[in-house]
Amino acid sequence: MMDAGRHPNITLLTYSEVESVSGYVGNFVVRIRKRARSVKEDLCTGCGTCEENCPRRVVDTVYEAGLGYRTAIYRPFAQAVPAIPVIDRENCLYFTKGKCRICEKVCPTHAIDYTQEDTILEVEVGNIILATGFDPFDARRIPQFGYGRFPNVFTSLELERMLSGAGPTGGKVVLRDGKTVPQRVAIIHCVGSRDKNYREYCSRVCCMYSLKLAHLIHHKTHAEVYNFYIDIRAPGKMYEEFYHRVLDEGIHFVRGKVAQVTDAARGPEEEGRLVVQFEDTLTGLQRRMPVDMVVLAIGLEPRHDSREVARLFGISTDADGWFKEKHPKLDPVATMTDGVFVAGCAQGPKDIPDSVAQGAAAAARVLSLIGQGEVEVEAATAVVDELMCVGCGQCIQACPYSAIEYLEDRRIAHVIEALCKGCGTCVGACPSKAISLRHFTDQQLIWEMRGAIYGMQVQHAEHRGN
Amino acid sequence: MSEQTYEPKIVGFLCNWCSYAGADLAGAARLKYPPNIKIIRVPCSGRVSPELVIRTFREGADGVMVLGCHIGDCHYATGNHRTARRMPVLRALLEFTGIESERLLVKWVSSSEGELFAQTVREFTEKLRQMPPLGLRMTSSK
Ligand SMILES: Cc1cc2nc3c(=O)[nH]c(=O)nc-3n(C[C@H](O)[C@H](O)[C@H](O)COP(=O)(O)OP(=O)(O)OC[C@H]3O[C@@H](n4cnc5c(N)ncnc54)[C@H](O)[C@@H]3O)c2cc1C
Ligand code: SF4
Ligand code: SF4
Repeated sequence: MMDAGRHPNITLLTYSEVESVSGYVGNFVVRIRKRARSVKEDLCTGCGTCEENCPRRVVDTVYEAGLGYRTAIYRPFAQAVPAIPVIDRENCLYFTKGKCRICEKVCPTHAIDYTQEDTILEVEVGNIILATGFDPFDARRIPQFGYGRFPNVFTSLELERMLSGAGPTGGKVVLRDGKTVPQRVAIIHCVGSRDKNYREYCSRVCCMYSLKLAHLIHHKTHAEVYNFYIDIRAPGKMYEEFYHRVLDEGIHFVRGKVAQVTDAARGPEEEGRLVVQFEDTLTGLQRRMPVDMVVLAIGLEPRHDSREVARLFGISTDADGWFKEKHPKLDPVATMTDGVFVAGCAQGPKDIPDSVAQGAAAAARVLSLIGQGEVEVEAATAVVDELMCVGCGQCIQACPYSAIEYLEDRRIAHVIEALCKGCGTCVGACPSKAISLRHFTDQQLIWEMRGAIYGMQVQHAEHRGN
Repeated sequence: MSEQTYEPKIVGFLCNWCSYAGADLAGAARLKYPPNIKIIRVPCSGRVSPELVIRTFREGADGVMVLGCHIGDCHYATGNHRTARRMPVLRALLEFTGIESERLLVKWVSSSEGELFAQTVREFTEKLRQMPPLGLRMTSSK
């Protein structure tokens, strides 16, 4: 991150959002809304004095997964690049109550500016890489696991924060009361994944991070750790070896789906604890296990806004909402829109090594395009017969790539060849037969069709003759 | 009606990316299906205009098949959405002109569904065999 932040050829626009994209490979124009940080970027040195003095505390639901606090003027996390804070105007005392302005007083470089407004930037770029990532599955959607209802049911994300030395508990694994160390922990795998009611796919990272969590929890607390799994999926370099190491450490594995987590005790040993009710598919028995802490290994979901983002950049998503690559095996980085590439979890669930590899691949693809200096365009593109076109706009609506523009002055449609992918959907839509697709013209298809029918007639006649 | 010798003539418009590849797979896997179909490759099922279908009937086809990628899998993102909306209207139009709408088959066949393709051709041929020949052949100037 630091390297990217310092690189002379990289401009980082954080706290910014793409509003619109026009143009095509080599010639995109991107409109970006740079949100008002209320901090002047050229003056701020990232000293953090404002954060130290801000009196407003807000629960940090993003980075600390709800376990810690941040101030109203904050940086998302300690190592954030750039190290420039932002004022969260919804929570800032000055913006909500009109009083405070402490940060302005303490800032040694006078970088605070409460009057800053959003600015719109227009940048010209040749290629675009989308790496917008994923949303963690919301564990509340599976009520029988009790997340949000039972305090000691945690998500894996919360555990990640707890296990961090710089995290809200300083690296201690404790129950929601902030002090009790659990003696028995259940990790439930595949929460939201591999489940017909939620997501049918495997999120790919949960098995491995669950093993990591099991290892760390056991290491830090000496608690008994039980993993409830459907299958252990450990495909990757050194992954299976890590699984065996965790097995050797004495972590328990129970194969079977958990039916529910409950606090309704059926005996003294369950009293005051959480009870995991499950089917052990290796013994075929329904069982109950009292535990102190439950960790839900939540899966990865497409970002809630992935379809809108895809539309913005003229690409498509699959049925689940992941960005669709050009070809799942042969072109997993490009998209059907030339000049737009995907990387990381935005394209589908994957772990960090795979995300990094895909990111590097996307960058390499962009570099090769830049190096070539020219792009190949589809030869079979659509053309508008200007005399026939009545300017009804049917083709413009039909085109999946927004490749047809309306020429106001001449009141006709016009195909931008660099954008046209040659699907011919416009041809099927044009009521005036004014638009045709090179190499698949009506005439060509009609002759082909006639030939086909004639061929069949001859074939059948011969058949009858024999 | 069903004279022994009647063999329906089917023209199939198959999209290049899914259904054409599916038909290719049927061939590569040596799946059996009747020789009553001749396939015309189009880039996308969205390229098939209603007029082209009508024209195909007019030229003497007894049945027309328009096969495309499954919804959501279109190589051109939403080309087949157009097909999905266009073909029902065409079907109503066919009935209006006296051509049974069953003679037009619209279906989604992916590149891995060779068996589905073969089965679709088998069933469609069988269905057309139960119907009289369409015999719409007219001389066309073009
Ligand atoms: C609990 C948990 C534990 C995990 N543990 C491990 C592990 O131990 N090892 C491992 O290899 N993997 C692990 N993973 C998986 C890992 O998190 C992912 O592989 C990785 O984060 C994917 O990186 P990414 O850059 O594709 O996406 P993300 O990390 O999701 O980054 C996407 C970024 O894009 C930004 N963004 C999104 N939309 C927009 C927009 N419209 N405009 C501007 N910015 C936008 C987001 O704010 C975010 O910063 C774990 C996942 C979870 C949930
Ligand atoms: S003005 Fe707002 S951001 Fe600044 S110190 Fe006060 S509450 Fe915090
Ligand atoms: S052929 Fe397809 S991509 Fe090209 S202009 Fe027509 S609808 Fe758009």
